[in-house]
Amino acid sequence: MTEFTQHLINGLGQGAIYALIALGYTMVFGVLQLINFAHSDVYMIGAFIGYYSSKYLGLSQHPGVFSLLLALALAMGGCAVLGFCIERGAYRPLRKAPRINSLITAIGVSLFLEFGGQLLFGADPKYFPPLFEAGDPYVVGGVSINKLELLVFVISFFLMLGLRHIIFKTKAGRAMRAVSFSHDNAALMGIPVDRTISMTFMLGSALAGAAGILVGLTYPKIEPLMGVMWGLKAFVAAVVGGIGNVLGAVVGSLILGVAEAMVVGYGASTYRDALAFAILILILLFRPAGIFGKARTEKV
Amino acid sequence: MLRSRSLILLAAAILASFTACTKKTETGPEGSTATAGTEILVGEVGSLTGTEATFGTSTRDGIDLAIKQINAAGGVKGKKLRVIVIDDQGKSEEAATAVTKLITQDQVTAILGEVASTRSLAMAPISQSHHVPMITPSSTAVEVTQKGNFIFRVCFIDPFQGSVMAKFVANTLKVKKAAILRDIKSDYSVGLSNIFTETFKQLGGEIVVDQSYSGGDADFKSQLTSIKTKNPDIIYVPGYYTEVGLIARQTRELGIKAPLIGGDGWDSAKLTEIGGPALDGSFFSNHYTPDDKSVMVQKFIADFKKDFNQVPDGLAAMGYDSAMVLADAMKRAKSLSGDDIRAALAETKDYQAVTGKITIDKNRDASKSAVVIEIKGGKFVFKETINPT
Repeated sequence: MTEFTQHLINGLGQGAIYALIALGYTMVFGVLQLINFAHSDVYMIGAFIGYYSSKYLGLSQHPGVFSLLLALALAMGGCAVLGFCIERGAYRPLRKAPRINSLITAIGVSLFLEFGGQLLFGADPKYFPPLFEAGDPYVVGGVSINKLELLVFVISFFLMLGLRHIIFKTKAGRAMRAVSFSHDNAALMGIPVDRTISMTFMLGSALAGAAGILVGLTYPKIEPLMGVMWGLKAFVAAVVGGIGNVLGAVVGSLILGVAEAMVVGYGASTYRDALAFAILILILLFRPAGIFGKARTEKV
Repeated sequence: MLRSRSLILLAAAILASFTACTKKTETGPEGSTATAGTEILVGEVGSLTGTEATFGTSTRDGIDLAIKQINAAGGVKGKKLRVIVIDDQGKSEEAATAVTKLITQDQVTAILGEVASTRSLAMAPISQSHHVPMITPSSTAVEVTQKGNFIFRVCFIDPFQGSVMAKFVANTLKVKKAAILRDIKSDYSVGLSNIFTETFKQLGGEIVVDQSYSGGDADFKSQLTSIKTKNPDIIYVPGYYTEVGLIARQTRELGIKAPLIGGDGWDSAKLTEIGGPALDGSFFSNHYTPDDKSVMVQKFIADFKKDFNQVPDGLAAMGYDSAMVLADAMKRAKSLSGDDIRAALAETKDYQAVTGKITIDKNRDASKSAVVIEIKGGKFVFKETINPT
């Protein structure tokens, strides 16, 4: 039972980080019906912003909550700007083009960031500095959890809470929901559609940047291609929860994180990656709209 | 909905196929095929980038130093040696392409490399089929030299390395319960784990749990949680340094106190950079130690420091030795044809190298002693030498 609880905690920790990335996919899909494949690479850039800012600002000499929050703020800000630029430069010119054009552009932007990253940062893995000491774990009934894991939970939780507040309690959030309902109708109501879409990209990218820092702290090996697998998994999580649905992305991510931890713990590590895609295929076969998604009829 | 669902699937498929794409980069001079002139070309394949980058760069530095010294001493048969290096990024398929290019386009006389056994295994059949002698500096998996009579190595083999650590754990650390965490994708890690298990059981020990991961993973908590419930005295992790560093941290984060035990794949300054204090009190087997006070080793360290400004690790020493053994064989060979160099290599006997006396046995392996290194305060400290029986 202790073992099971420990697997559960490990899985939830992993799931919380998937959720931060999955939220970006789901929000952008919500307003644009576009799968922004470059999103996983924005997350990678977030990790590198954290790496370089702690290197050049000397944050790693003063580990602690303050350094961590500063790195987090820089990564989130940097990624928000990057998200804005990607949307403005690559997707907005294609707004009226067929959807497949945007999709292929998204893949192009993704590859650009990955291999541009290899040129800029080098292909070698870098080791993320310990901005926060995990310290000795707390052991409760044989289950151990350390300060870092707790912090990852807390930060993810508050970021998601903040996002929820923005979407459901603010004017900008209402605009986002209106745009996701219908661009034309939103525009008729006087909602600045382009600005709202930009804002959605920035919010999603900021969350991805935060995820980059949290992953860097937990698994301190970062490299330009690190986003590929994490991005695919988070994408699967978003689809499982029902892409376009914010709560669905969180639930889907937690399910995926826990399922992976269980498969590795009780089965074999080699099935870890297979599992995510097996779940994707099953959900697309039996409940294509995802757990929380509403099945929509669409004219083809 | 149907349309967007198929779009999602299509997009997932496209993206997945991109992850398989690879980039080819090369370092070193290109396009020269002039073997007939004043130069002897030697090909080198190594992981200069990727998760095992220091394996490739250390080996390259060791080889460069050896070649520089050989050329300064007049070269071989009146000709200078020149090395062409290709980076395989730590990928087997790239290693195979690289060795084919070196042999067919650059027409090298001999091949040096790789470090990782999985990649040497990809290269060996190609070298063998072209009758070009290949020396791997530090691939320890048994199968590597079984690929053919042109494949040699200057290091010990895994059955020895694995049994050394099993004996060390059973006799010196006096523990009875061991856990194993192996890299299922690596021939090296799987081979070492099997030998360790076999020897440790013969010595009266018990393997309480045998878990695996895949090279490139970053999260090992699930495996370590399973290991924790069995409460082993030590954990044998014969992997490569990047994963081992991450594993060490996560081991301590889960509150496991047992020391980690490993092999020569740990030998990199990056190991303690990633793992930090989590690795203190852990042990691994290696080819050599810079603490060796013999004149030859100290001279090698001084020369290496002068050129590269750091203390050579075991892989740099093995790279140096592999180039020296090759040059020695070329000098003794009747001609510089592949067959003659092969014959001379096979006759190598009691060659005094930095990492010990090298005698090539009938399996084209070198029988040498191993050292056990302890990690103390982020430093590699010599613990003991174990000779082959």
